Amino acid sequence: MESGVKKKIPVITPFINFFKNFHKRFKEGSLGTKLSHFIMGSGSFYHKQYIKAALYFILQVGFILFMVLCPEIKSSGTISLGYKAIVNLKDLGKSDVILDPIFDVAANGVLILLFGIITIGICFVYLFAWLSSIKSSYKADLDVKDDKKPTTFKEDLKSLLDEKFHVLMLTPTCLAALIFTILPTIFMICLAFTDYNTPSTSITWTGISGFFSEFKQGEIADYFLPVLSWTFIWALLATFTNYFGGILLALLINKKEIKLKKLWRTIFILTIAIPQFISLLAITKLLSPVGPFNMLLQNLYDWTGGLIGLEKPMEFLGGDGGGKYAAASVPVVKIVILVVNLWVGIPYTMLQTSGILMNIPTDLYEAATIDGANKRQMFFKITLPYIIFVTTPYLIGSFVGNINSFNIIFFLTGGGPMFEGSALTGQTDLLVTWLYRLTIENDKYNLGSIIGILTFMVTSAITLVTYRRSKAYKEEDTFQ
Amino acid sequence: MSEENLNINETQEEIVIEEEKVTKKYKSLKRAKKLSTIGAYILLIILSIIWIYPILWIVLSAFRQEYTDGILDTRIVSHYFPRGFGIENFRMLFAETRFIRWFGNTLLVAVCSCVLSTILVLSVAYCMSKLRFKMRKPFMNISMILGLFPGFMTMIAIYYVIKLFGLDETLGALILVNSAGAGIGFQIAKGYFDIVPNSLVESARLDGCTNFEIFYRIILPLSKPIIIYTALMAFTGPWMDFIFAKLILGANNRDIWTVAVGLYDMANGSQTATIGFTTFAAGCVCIAVPIVTLFMCLQRYYVEGVTSGAVKG
Repeated sequence: MESGVKKKIPVITPFINFFKNFHKRFKEGSLGTKLSHFIMGSGSFYHKQYIKAALYFILQVGFILFMVLCPEIKSSGTISLGYKAIVNLKDLGKSDVILDPIFDVAANGVLILLFGIITIGICFVYLFAWLSSIKSSYKADLDVKDDKKPTTFKEDLKSLLDEKFHVLMLTPTCLAALIFTILPTIFMICLAFTDYNTPSTSITWTGISGFFSEFKQGEIADYFLPVLSWTFIWALLATFTNYFGGILLALLINKKEIKLKKLWRTIFILTIAIPQFISLLAITKLLSPVGPFNMLLQNLYDWTGGLIGLEKPMEFLGGDGGGKYAAASVPVVKIVILVVNLWVGIPYTMLQTSGILMNIPTDLYEAATIDGANKRQMFFKITLPYIIFVTTPYLIGSFVGNINSFNIIFFLTGGGPMFEGSALTGQTDLLVTWLYRLTIENDKYNLGSIIGILTFMVTSAITLVTYRRSKAYKEEDTFQ
Repeated sequence: MSEENLNINETQEEIVIEEEKVTKKYKSLKRAKKLSTIGAYILLIILSIIWIYPILWIVLSAFRQEYTDGILDTRIVSHYFPRGFGIENFRMLFAETRFIRWFGNTLLVAVCSCVLSTILVLSVAYCMSKLRFKMRKPFMNISMILGLFPGFMTMIAIYYVIKLFGLDETLGALILVNSAGAGIGFQIAKGYFDIVPNSLVESARLDGCTNFEIFYRIILPLSKPIIIYTALMAFTGPWMDFIFAKLILGANNRDIWTVAVGLYDMANGSQTATIGFTTFAAGCVCIAVPIVTLFMCLQRYYVEGVTSGAVKG
């Protein structure tokens, strides 16, 4: 457990400790350790760990050469890495404009930004290695102090399989995360503060004021609130309808009298097994004006003399086929999406809650029977509270998942029908599909990034609050 | 005496009446139960039809072979059941599109990213669950925070990075991207490893096992379900992932597409004019059959993985 003082400033303490240790190493370390601060590997050399020393030294030389010589990536004209890349970050290469767009959609300004960030990333990796060279030298110092021999290179390699096993295992993931997640995320956050909204060759910083001015005028100012509110309504409705639908289905299948439980369950699992894009595309075609669903509605109309059903085929997913078919109003489209989402989601929840239903401690029911409770009471007093208690974290997870549920909207309506007077925002757009349309389809990267940041804020606020309160986080160790 | 007898008689009669009442009640209860069971069955059957029909419809469309004016009708039709069956659609799928090529591509990507990401996920999960080191909590928090950024936001940047390496429009890039991000999603596997008793690990350590040996000899053999679950998820991913694959593989070279990109293109893209709906349906069946078979065979492990994720939270 953390101490009270630490808890108050959990963000700062690691930094203070870091500098304390840094100071200690420099003060108490041997000559080699001190030199290590300037020439990597000198500490290892001092302790006669020659291979290690050579590796560290080569790393440092390589880094310095990289920074000074500024290698230019061939495929992208004359945009360079190294120190020039960092200098270029200041005005995104305005002083040094090279109009040679090899990347089809890209602007050179964008690449300059990207290269700058990559260079900074490389600097961080270097700093990490630099620190590790000092640490390793200091560790050798301590070993000598304890009358032990400094570890040999072979021993170091061996320790990677034992006490340093986590280093070996986590390095690939960390590097991959740095290249494919962290740097790209930083890059996109930076784009929110630029004017990159057309596929042009140069961009400039617009800064904080540029970020906020998007909320005063333009696409975000006009449509952010409608899209956000529909995203929330969607996430709430989708989560709860799926959740209760799934529980009811699980209860139905788990009813004592129902035979062939496995068969029923398999029927519903089948729909999970089918790749989602196939089932969604299939449903889109099924619901199309020429598809069987519209046929069914028209047949119903004929049979019942106009009581139920439709007279004319309807475009359930937006659009009106040039007046040939009846257009569905926006609420109808939204309801259709929610219903299709039930089709997609219920089997999933059913599966998860069936497991839980079977695990409800039976003594609870026995005690209730002795106390004379009837079935309904048992359901509302035991089954339901138990399920809700156990699945709360899952419920929150699926709420966040639904905020980001891209596939359903993208495949069914593509976000449409569009708002009147806008070519970029649809009435069934969620934040993510809006983001997709703005960036990938329309190159409005600055707007897309702003939306991405806002989406992140929303989802992280929900998740962090609930995650930190969840038992799984607090009592992680008591589990084991 | 007589009064007492009478009393007894009366009570006996009462008991009889009571019993009759109980049996009546029991009978009516039984009837109600029967009714509710029948109701439940009917409901289940209706629901099953709703859930099965779209799938059945695609399968039927794939085998539909109807001719209008002597030409194979490959459009969407509104009648519920096909009027003629045949495998013409499959022949067209294999002859006129590059489906076989796409299938091979996807298989390659799926196998490679399955192996790579399973290794990554399991090793990260093991470190997080059974080892204690300084960066553990920060790493867990960071991985969670990163997971909250919408993936599309970083897509274009990743695309540039891949172009930088000269890997765009290659399957290698797809494998790289699929497995590179995998390590971050270690939570479910970690939850599983958490249940493996620590005492096992401790005693192995006392016996002189290194952490690698503990992982390899003790944890892995005990974790068959979660290994299969992780591998299954990683394997099926490339068959379903569409947006990212489309961006990375581009529109120019159809020979390197995956099935998802190709099929989407058939349904909504450039090929809609030439390739009919029934051909698309045939393609869907060709992917769905192996995936569903795999799923059904490994259903037990899948269910275990999903439910453990739900309970642990």
